[in-house]
Amino acid sequence: MSRLSTEPRLADPDAVYALLMEAHRGLDEAASRMLDARLVLILANHIGDAQVLAEAIALARRAGEEEP
Amino acid sequence: MAGRFAPPRYAAPPPRRPGGEEAARVVVAGGGLVGLTVALDLARRGVEVVLLDEDDTVSTGSRAICFAKRTLEIYGRLGLGAKFLDKGVTWNRGRVFHGEREAYAFDLLPEQGHEYPAFVNLQQYYAEAWLVEACAATGRVELRWRHKVTGVESREDGARLSVETPAGAYTLRAEWLLACDGARSFLRDSLGLPFLGQVFRDRFLIADVVMRADFPSERWFWFDPPFHPGQSVLLHKQPDDVWRIDFQLGWEADPEAEKDPARVRARVAAMLGPAIPFELEWVSVYTFRCRRMERFRHGRILFLGDAAHQVSPFGARGGNGGVQDADNLAWRLAAVLAGEAGEALLDGYEAERIPAADENILNSTRSTDFITPKNPAARAYRDAVLQLARRHAFARPLVNSGRLSRPWSGQQAAPDAPVMRDGRADWLLRHIGHDGRFALVAREAEPPALPGVSAVILSDAPRPGALWDHAGLAAARLGLAPGEAALFRPDQILAGRAPAADGAALAALHAKALAR
Repeated sequence: MSRLSTEPRLADPDAVYALLMEAHRGLDEAASRMLDARLVLILANHIGDAQVLAEAIALARRAGEEEP
Repeated sequence: MAGRFAPPRYAAPPPRRPGGEEAARVVVAGGGLVGLTVALDLARRGVEVVLLDEDDTVSTGSRAICFAKRTLEIYGRLGLGAKFLDKGVTWNRGRVFHGEREAYAFDLLPEQGHEYPAFVNLQQYYAEAWLVEACAATGRVELRWRHKVTGVESREDGARLSVETPAGAYTLRAEWLLACDGARSFLRDSLGLPFLGQVFRDRFLIADVVMRADFPSERWFWFDPPFHPGQSVLLHKQPDDVWRIDFQLGWEADPEAEKDPARVRARVAAMLGPAIPFELEWVSVYTFRCRRMERFRHGRILFLGDAAHQVSPFGARGGNGGVQDADNLAWRLAAVLAGEAGEALLDGYEAERIPAADENILNSTRSTDFITPKNPAARAYRDAVLQLARRHAFARPLVNSGRLSRPWSGQQAAPDAPVMRDGRADWLLRHIGHDGRFALVAREAEPPALPGVSAVILSDAPRPGALWDHAGLAAARLGLAPGEAALFRPDQILAGRAPAADGAALAALHAKALAR
């Protein structure tokens, strides 16, 4: 039984995407990687559920391995 | 500086009959921390032990250094606890620094009411020297220094050892052989038993430094400090003004060049600054390994400590894990030799100590993955955790500078608690296992008499002969309601609970613990 929600949940997806773009603006590759790492850790703690995280990680890996 | 340790030299006894054959009931191969501990535990249970060691002195350098609470309780049971407390440096607090700043601090024993602290730092050579004295004092341990095992044959009825000494060789037939001969175990390799696991691509420099310094009695761990950029450093205080410093070097470091005293001095000076004079006592370079044997029991040969399992040092799980192996095995073997239990009791040693070793390996591997990131992503997550930990409590539990040794989570060791006995302050644990027997602790009840079991009465009010639980901590930590009893094995591990009046249930718990 999946606990990870993959239904569309964002009221304003363009605004959320813009937030992410804005967060990385002006950062070099290393700084961007650090930002993403901090962000993942903050969100992981907010989710607070190892099962949800495991499903999210599996999905992220799988999506990267699929044909473009 | 005053009071430094002078390594003893122990006499090498000549073989009884050079070229001949001898027999012994129990042979311990290896006179390090674990071999000496199991020999002492067995001897205190009345078992005659022959201990073989190829050297004639104790270990060099601080080595195991951090003795955890459970290990101290085991040494308390073996009559050496006060020595550790008196000589060792007690600490409960760890601090983690990242760059120039403190990331966070943690307290390992936040609660009061235990005879032993979370940790005592002590050079391993002190512990070994005390164990040698204590073994000799029992009159049951024959310490054979410079007796080197050069061959082993496993047999149905024991093991046959070829032994070389300065005064000639001999054959030693052991009914039981306890292999405590360390990570590079000759016995394990001679028997062709695999030792599988993981090598971490990193190198560390350990230095025992003699200096007068005013760092507190705490464990200090630095990630990426200004004096050793890009790497980690660990500092521990020991007795006799000896400080243990572990420098992470990276995989590319040349282990021989790094041992050069001038180079080590430069590293230490960069850390301490110019004002603190120091001298080097011991220097070593090591690589981490996490591995274990598939089985710890091979017929009449049992493996303990580093011979059976090896962990990386962050977390202090090597020496402590090995002492806890000895604690687990000694009472079982003594019971088998006394005819109180069948050999099946020894299978419990493996059944408990293999998962315990796996837990130590898991924790130690995770610490090493944090301290030695394997790739740029791992490094980014590590640094992100450290950055966040400064201001945000949620990130602090993710900081892993070593998950410090805890007893195996699959069982419950008897808790300690302050009690009063006939008007005097006492400790609960001193009445559990200290006489070598099972202990039945009953609250506000007279426990039934069971053969081989000592009765301990825990009372809510002062009563002659009983342990008065004046602070209420003993009952709370034991989880005992009035009229309930808890049975502990001779190694202070909980065998089970039952109503104190239910003699049949308690006798069944006792029989089960003895694999009857």
